[in-house]
Amino acid sequence: MNAIEAGHLFKRFGTVTAVNDVSLTVREGETFGFLGPNGAGKTTTIRLLTGVLTPDAGTVHITGIDIHRHPLDAKMQMGVIPESSTVYGDLSAEQNLHLSGKMYGMPRALRDERIDEILSRLGLSEKRRNQVRTFSKGMKQRVSIACAIIHHPRVLFLDEPTSGLDVQSRRLVIETIHQMNEQGSTIFLTTHNIEEANTLCRTVCIINKGKIVAQDSPERLKKMFDTTQSVEVSFDRNVTRDLFAAEGILRAEPCGDKWRLYTDNPDRVLKYLVGRAERESLGITSLTTSGPSLEEAFVQLTECA
Amino acid sequence: MMEIPLFLRGILVITGKNMRLYYTKPPVLMFGLLFPLFMFFAFFVGRHLDLATFFPGFLAMMLFFTASSVGPLITPWEKREKTYERLLSYPVTQDSIILGDVAAGAIFGIGISMLVWIASALFVPVAVTDIGLFATAFVLGTLSCAALGVLLASPASDSPPNVMIFSNLIRFPLIFISGIFVPLQQMQGWALALAYCSPLTYLVDLFNSAMSGASVFSPLFDCGVLAGVSAGFILAARVIQKRNLVKGM
Repeated sequence: MNAIEAGHLFKRFGTVTAVNDVSLTVREGETFGFLGPNGAGKTTTIRLLTGVLTPDAGTVHITGIDIHRHPLDAKMQMGVIPESSTVYGDLSAEQNLHLSGKMYGMPRALRDERIDEILSRLGLSEKRRNQVRTFSKGMKQRVSIACAIIHHPRVLFLDEPTSGLDVQSRRLVIETIHQMNEQGSTIFLTTHNIEEANTLCRTVCIINKGKIVAQDSPERLKKMFDTTQSVEVSFDRNVTRDLFAAEGILRAEPCGDKWRLYTDNPDRVLKYLVGRAERESLGITSLTTSGPSLEEAFVQLTECA
Repeated sequence: MMEIPLFLRGILVITGKNMRLYYTKPPVLMFGLLFPLFMFFAFFVGRHLDLATFFPGFLAMMLFFTASSVGPLITPWEKREKTYERLLSYPVTQDSIILGDVAAGAIFGIGISMLVWIASALFVPVAVTDIGLFATAFVLGTLSCAALGVLLASPASDSPPNVMIFSNLIRFPLIFISGIFVPLQQMQGWALALAYCSPLTYLVDLFNSAMSGASVFSPLFDCGVLAGVSAGFILAARVIQKRNLVKGM
């Protein structure tokens, strides 16, 4: 069964079409990445999928339940971590979790058990009785995630869950996503972090200007852009861009103390660089090649759309 | 169908959440408790008025202020604190949120007004001639006033102070045209016409009927108006909040 099925979703705000004929399918147990530049329609799409907003047209089914005909049944199947939305600052972490558990109809004993487990897993046990308003952003986000997973949802929606977090909190969030997925939850993740999508997701969908421009596995998406392989080189002294005006080098970009050279023929570029360095008595301090990146695929897809 | 128990549970949980979070918020305490008390002191104390005569009006005013002070705060506060979207993503609908907000206001109104009534009974001879009607007045009064509070918050943005100011712009004039300070029997002309437009008038009249047996309208008519007004306010709040959501969060 598909965990999420959206068909021909449309949403307009005044004259702006935020979501334009979006259809997508997420299989049960899958980790699905939803990428797009700012203002592409990611958050509006996730709000339509979670029943927060009503589409102007189109359908959404969560585990086979039509969210607009049976919103409560459908919402019982899911946990949501909205973008920039927070938990109640006047309540403690524990009280927020109890509130969330009550919303999903969990009995007291089960809530107590799950709250102990989740707070311990997310490193919040010691602060469980502190008001959330005194927490750091990372800790608030952990409480937010705890509220969304307390009932073991079959589908977990996360809207930019790691945005602006410190390294520890980010790792905890990613670990929790992994764990939830291993325990059988389907993950729908929107993110700006392309590397995150690359490592976490089995399928990636890219949205731009309200329309889906690509949907495939990260590796297949990268292969669509074979011309975006690159060679990274650094020398023992500064060089100018002129050095890279050679056949086979499509684009040269400074990258810290290195240069990244985009090419469709890495072999040719490597030979050119070694020969040129020898002729000009340049020492090569590092030289690496890398395949097409998801980031490049993302940039190309969202630029050309 | 699972939806009805889920819907009712959503209302209960939201009501509990509102009671825990919003009853002690300064705007609720100020506009729900202190203002009606100050109004009472300003108009009744030291003026050698027959307190027993004016008590139904005072009780209606207390109930009106308390029950209608919680609703205007909740949605703007949740939008400002960015908890509203999370709330909507739980297994609740906008209707359960509205009804949970109304219930929280109504319970606050009933609780405080009951306390005031019991405390006042120690000092003022406030007899109740029809206890059933008195209880009905309490329930319908708090329901209609709480629904008004929620309606006042419906067109709101994410600024609680703006909504409280707006709600007081509506609430204050109502207490002067509803037979609280000037009995309905003594009103004439445009003042009487205005009084007929205020739902609070019918609550005052219903309390008069329950406490002294003297009323301008029949109790059934008063009850009908209050029930109709409550339903109208809730429906209007529903329409406005749904329209707001169509425009975005």
